[in-house]
Amino acid sequence: MSDGWASAISDFFIAYPLVLALVKSVLLAVALLIYVAYVILADRKIWAAVQLRRGPNVVGPWGLLQSFADFLKFALKEPVIPDVANKGVFLFAPFIMATLSIAAWAVIPVADGWAVGDINVGILYIFALSSLGVYGVIMGGWASNSKYPFLSALRSAAQMVSYEVSIGFVIITVLLCAGSLNLTDIVNAQDTSYGMAGWYWLRLFPMFVIFFVSALAETNRPPFDLVEAESELVAGFMIEYSATPYVLFMLAEYVAIVTMCALLTILFFGGWLPPIKIAPFTYVPGVIWFTLKVSFFFFFFAMVKAFVPRYRYDQLMRLGWKVFLPISLAMVVIVAAVLQFWPAGPAGS
Amino acid sequence: MQAVFFYLFATIMIASAGVVIFARNPVHSVLFLILAFCNGAGLFLLAGAEFLAMILIVVYVGAVAVLFLFVVMMLDVDFAELKQGFAKYLPVGVGVGVVVLAELGFVALGWSSAPSAADAAANPIIPQMSNTAALGQILYTKYVIFFQASALVLLTAMIGAIVLTLHHKPNIKRQKIDEQNARTRENVIEIKKVPFRTGV
Repeated sequence: MSDGWASAISDFFIAYPLVLALVKSVLLAVALLIYVAYVILADRKIWAAVQLRRGPNVVGPWGLLQSFADFLKFALKEPVIPDVANKGVFLFAPFIMATLSIAAWAVIPVADGWAVGDINVGILYIFALSSLGVYGVIMGGWASNSKYPFLSALRSAAQMVSYEVSIGFVIITVLLCAGSLNLTDIVNAQDTSYGMAGWYWLRLFPMFVIFFVSALAETNRPPFDLVEAESELVAGFMIEYSATPYVLFMLAEYVAIVTMCALLTILFFGGWLPPIKIAPFTYVPGVIWFTLKVSFFFFFFAMVKAFVPRYRYDQLMRLGWKVFLPISLAMVVIVAAVLQFWPAGPAGS
Repeated sequence: MQAVFFYLFATIMIASAGVVIFARNPVHSVLFLILAFCNGAGLFLLAGAEFLAMILIVVYVGAVAVLFLFVVMMLDVDFAELKQGFAKYLPVGVGVGVVVLAELGFVALGWSSAPSAADAAANPIIPQMSNTAALGQILYTKYVIFFQASALVLLTAMIGAIVLTLHHKPNIKRQKIDEQNARTRENVIEIKKVPFRTGV
């Protein structure tokens, strides 16, 4: 009986692939949003622990329901729209930012074959969406029609555009080694008999570091959170936002951070692959390895926030254009040369 | 299904291109230009050119249009002043428009692709190859000279822009990071014994 049901369901999904894609997308989006709720809590808890505080601990056991309580509070508040704001663009900005950051997850393989859309140009798709993210910031800052958000939006846009350049070059070195733009193929290219040592973080270590730091800058995290530099700009491009539009900005920011952690995992840390290829580790399902690795990287994002002081704006630009860009450009040439003249060497698969 | 999406993208693209021209606020114009680009990328996707679609978004929307938006937002546009010369410039504008339209018409009407093109599109040489790989293969083999030449043109433009905007002002204090990092306690701090009631 149950067998008949199972085959009926699979037949239905084969007949209607769009329904299947819809079910997959909804499942992934729900899982992602719940994960992000706990990531926000973890961020606050880690930050608190570094400063010898307890962090949120009142709502639910150990404060586990804090993010949901915050969400409800924001959703029930009245959204205030400034009188002089450009209302359409003002409300559209947070919406577009949240949509774009969640849409990036459509191509991320959380386990072998577990991607909603396993497209050929997966990495370019994510790169394109993250480069669109800057519009949310600019539109929000401009539409607020106020000086501080505008200044902050200009800063942030320049910052995001600058660091995208070095992220692009880092991605190119990984693509050269993997020989594909498909995220699943990139993970499979790291599946060697060396386990963890065969992943790209070891072979492309300088690129791994540059990607991590650029990811901090790209997502406007401390020490590069000049967007929100409270001392100079009050609270960044989202000063005028309140209630639900503000929550959308906040959500977009954290989803983008988790996306960057997922990209680090896929490009440098072997995606869903177990760290050691022997029995107890290979039994663990890929999705659990993937989640563990993403959480591992998020822990570093949170620690950096806790103990690194903020950069000054000119130092930030210097780091992006005068340090990271030449290094990553040189690495592209070096990796390409090694692959060309020594295909069986450490960079090859 | 394909046709539905084609007409959807095409309609939005033409409509937003119209709004680019007719919008009163220049920032809205740029935003609709971006919408037009995105729909163009959608059309590329429908045609099976996924690489071009993504590059269109990354380059035009992610980089070029951001700079556009920057410039337009910084401009202090006086709309009343913009409207003033409208009647005076109308004949010239219409003239230029007609000439461009006629040229486009000649090109479009006289368009003919090579007779073998349709056949080649139907039977790719290597059917399994993704179009990113196929583009790479042809760009870096058959058309490598043109590819490199266009890259050189872009490089020249970049250097030109830098030369035009770079002003080396004398007498400005700049931060020298290497010198700062090379400072040590020994060559920076000097401890002096200050005699009582005498001073240094």
